[in-house]
Order: sequence, then C-alpha cells, then structure tokens
Amino acid sequence: MASSTITPIAPAAAERATRAHPRGSGGQLIGAGAAIAALAIISMFVGVSDVSLPALLAGDQTAWDIFWISRVPRTISVVLAGMALSVAGLIMQLMARNKFVEPSTVGTVESASLGILVVTVAVPGAALLTKMSVAAVFAALGTGLFLLVLRRIPLRNTLLVPLVGIMLGGVIAAVTTFFAYRFDLLQTLNSWMIGDFSGVLRGRYELLWIVAVLTVVGYLCADRFTMAGMGQEFSTNLGMNYNKVMMTGLVIVSLISAVVVVSIGSIPFLGLIVPNLVSLAFGDNVRRSVPWVAVFGAGFVLACDIIGRTIRFPYEIPVGVVVSAIGSVLFLCLLLRKRERRG
Amino acid sequence: MIHVSDVSKRYGAQTVVDGVSCYIKDGGITSIIGPNGAGKSTLLSMMSRLLPMDGGSVSIDGLDVTATDSKQLARKMAILRQENQLTVRLSVRDLVGFGRFPHNNGRPTAADKVHIDQALEYLDLGDLADKFVDELSGGQRQRAFIAMVLAQDTDYLLLDEPLNNLDMKHSVEMMRLLRRLADELGKTVVLVIHDINFASCYSDSIVAMRQGRLIHQGPPAQIMQPEVLRDVYEIDIRIEEIDGNRIGVYFA
Repeated sequence: MASSTITPIAPAAAERATRAHPRGSGGQLIGAGAAIAALAIISMFVGVSDVSLPALLAGDQTAWDIFWISRVPRTISVVLAGMALSVAGLIMQLMARNKFVEPSTVGTVESASLGILVVTVAVPGAALLTKMSVAAVFAALGTGLFLLVLRRIPLRNTLLVPLVGIMLGGVIAAVTTFFAYRFDLLQTLNSWMIGDFSGVLRGRYELLWIVAVLTVVGYLCADRFTMAGMGQEFSTNLGMNYNKVMMTGLVIVSLISAVVVVSIGSIPFLGLIVPNLVSLAFGDNVRRSVPWVAVFGAGFVLACDIIGRTIRFPYEIPVGVVVSAIGSVLFLCLLLRKRERRG
Repeated sequence: MIHVSDVSKRYGAQTVVDGVSCYIKDGGITSIIGPNGAGKSTLLSMMSRLLPMDGGSVSIDGLDVTATDSKQLARKMAILRQENQLTVRLSVRDLVGFGRFPHNNGRPTAADKVHIDQALEYLDLGDLADKFVDELSGGQRQRAFIAMVLAQDTDYLLLDEPLNNLDMKHSVEMMRLLRRLADELGKTVVLVIHDINFASCYSDSIVAMRQGRLIHQGPPAQIMQPEVLRDVYEIDIRIEEIDGNRIGVYFA
C-alpha cells in the first residue's frame, strides 16, 4: 500500500527535478563561456607563422609580435563579430516577427555594401570611420524600407516575409554590382560580401568594439524587443512605445551590420542559424536567450574560422564560406527535426 | 467609468463607427453585440487606444485615452485582441510576467512575482507555467493570455471575442471566469461577443451595434426582446425564459 501512495508523487517529483534547470541556467552559461575561451586560445595558436606556447614562454620576440599584432586581434574580432551578428539576427527576427530573416536576407547587408561603394567612389581614400558611417546610414535606409514593405503586406505569410527580404536585397545587390562593374570595383565588392578574418591586424579591427557596445544595448532592451516581437497591439496594451523600440532595433541592427561589413565582410546566415538553434533549446525570452545567442554565435564563428584556417593549411578558406556551408546543413537538420516533431 | 463620446472611425468613404456615445459604469460585465461589420471590434480598439479615432473622445476614469501616457493607461486598462498568434516562443510564466511591464518597466521585483503567481493560480495554470505557450491547447492558451492581463492588475479589462475558437466547455469556463473577475475582484469587464445567449446569461449590460451605430443599450432583460434583436440582426429570434435566463432561439 505504501508504495502505491508514493508512486503518484514520484513522477511529479522527477518531472520537477528535470524542470529545475529548464532552460539554460547560469552555471551552464559559464560552462559554455569556458568552452568559448578554450576555442579562443586554440584560435590564437593556429596559423602559418610559428607561434607556439614554448616560443612565447621562451620570450621569442617575433612570436610575441605576431601574437599581439595578428593572432589576438583576429580572435577578438571573430568573437565580437560572431556575438554581434547573431544578436542582430535575433533582433531582426523579433522586429520582422519572422524566424527566417536576418540582416543578410532583408537587404541590410546589401545596403551597407552599396553605402561603402558610394563612399569609395565619391571620396576615394576615406577613413574607415567615414565608410562605416555611410554604410550604417545606407543599412538603416535599406532595413527601414524592408520594414515599411512588411507593413503593407496584408497577409503575413511565414514564407512571404523572407522572400520579400531576399528580393529586396537582390535588387539592391544588383544595383551595387552594376556600379561596382562600371567603376571597376568588383573585386573590392567581393571582399565586403565574403567575410574573411585573414586581413585583421592590430589597428584595423578596433571599430569592432562598437558592436560589443551595441550587443550590450540589445541585451538591455531585450524585454522590449520580445514585446515588439509580439506585435504592435500587444506592446501598446502594455504601455510600450512600439515605434521607438522599432527605431532602436533598426539602429542597432544597421550599425552592427555596417561595422562588420566594413571591417570583416558579410557572414551570411549566421544571424539566422544561431538564434533559431538557441530558440529551440531555450525559447525566446530574449533577456535569457541573448547571452546564449551571443556565446553560441561567438563559438560557432570561432570554430568555423579555425576550420577555415586548417582544412587547406597553409591556405585559408574565408569564414563566410565555412559558416554558410556548415550553417545551411545545420539549418536543414533543424527544419527537418521541427517537422518531425509536428508531424 | 468609461465614457465614450461621439466616437467615429472612417476608412476612406466608409464609416465603420459612426458617432457612438455611451457610458460603461464601473463593475460588472458589459457585452458589445451586433452583426458582422457592425464596428464592435473597431470601437473596442479605439476605446483602448490601439486605433486612432477620426472623431470624438474616450475617457477612462477621466483619463482621455488619446492624450494620457500609454504606460499610465496600461496600469488602468488591459486589452486583449482576438488573434494572439505568437511568433515568439515564450513560457506561460514569461508571458504572464510581461503583464507586469507597465508596473516594473522590465525590472521584476518580489511583488511582481506574487502578482504573477496569483494570476497563474487564479487561472489554474500552475502546472503549465513552465510550458511554452505554443505547446498549449486553444483553451489553455486563451487562459494564459487572460492570466497575463490579470497580472497587469488593471481596473478595466477589455476583451475582443474571448470565446473565439473555444468549444462549448471552454466557452462556458471562460464566461464563468470573467464573471468571477467581475464579482470577486471587482473588475470592469467589457467584451465583444457574438453569441447573444452568452451575453444574456453573463452580462450586466449589453450594448448593441449595427452599421457603426449604437442602437440599443441596457440590461439583458431589456435587450433580449424579439423586437430589439430584430432591429439588431434583422432576423426573427424567439425568446424563451429558461432558469431565469432569457435565451434567444434562432436556429430554425
């Protein structure tokens, strides 16, 4: 008898135990952070030049120079870009209320490239900061155009939204390519469109710290973006200024995209894959998922960059290519798994 | 008290709400009924500042809804629209927690947790609190949203077709719940509803609309009359008194 009175309690208790850390506790986050740190350390010791721990410990000046001038800046920029692009993707998805968009599929990145092209032609030899500012303005205009078009679509079909974005991006990219061709800048254009960390050196990546700040701002506004993701009426009921939050998101996404395109080049699909994987695991309470998106994004790009540097050693495969290849496979698996769960 | 004064809404040449005026007094349930396209939901949206009005004004406890700070209004009145498709994956507890936003600005306090727990308990959602909203059934999901507006802790609760997509069992449960909110918690509930019999059985007052105009307002006994309902719906509806409730028979 005693056992039969206990049995109904036991499953409930077991269920409670599994729910005690339902999705992403602080401890797990620290663990994930440690894994990223390990990847970052590996990243600092991968490359053509001989930079090894014994050499550094022995005080080899050449090794230390390469370490500080190339390896550390590269690793930092990988982490920053990975974090920021993933968070930008998440914010973009909330703003568009669609899981299948990110800055490179709604015209943001294409607009940023057009902006750099314009400034390169108009002001040859412009400072990096000038290029970035112009790119940011173009990115904001392009993204704003996308959001305006979205408002006019009566039927918010899940597939229609990303298609509209891809078409819009395609038109902007076509204009950019045309003028790049006319001004003989196609090769330069290519370097913006395919992300590559091999050119990162001390003194040429520091702009990326801006995206670190923007990522933190994104985190601080996390609740508001979640509410915006539930729609204008939902936000208004809770007394939130919807348009203001949308503008904030627009600025964050555009600036992050512009800075990364100017300094690294585009890394397509990153902002699509990372938030979706995190969402499946932890849900979308953005305040809780932003740290995960950031950590996972950094780790993913670090891993892809290391793969890109080692797979054809001593040559490098651009990180944008590796991310797209691995990312598309991951994304397909994710979509198929989702269908399985539903079906 | 909600005071609607000569409110109008036009889309191009079409007038959707045409000079509606009414008082909704504090406490109890007020149902807005009327045929499709009568302007019920549009009126409710304007009352809750979700939709700008082309003329007239609405005040809630003396606060003009178009001029008052949105966050202040959010502590006074909560509005739930009919389609609440979530593109965001949230747990029930997180969703309910957002109801506290007008009070805490996104920085939850211990008092917020009490409100959230109470709202979850009141709607019997304790066991589902950690589930994702998209994993719930239609009735449970509706309850989760009601819990959120309950956590918002407002005197006024505006609901646009809360019975939409609910089966008979869940519809009755929802109406009983709204009755409890009015009777036990003293809330003023205003809802748009299609089923005149639910409106008759559970409301204290009924507002009837047709073609953008308010054509009748009064207690159920006064509205549930064949001639009044003919005026509203243009069909003959027989009224039967069953267990003290006036029921409209219009199926044959």
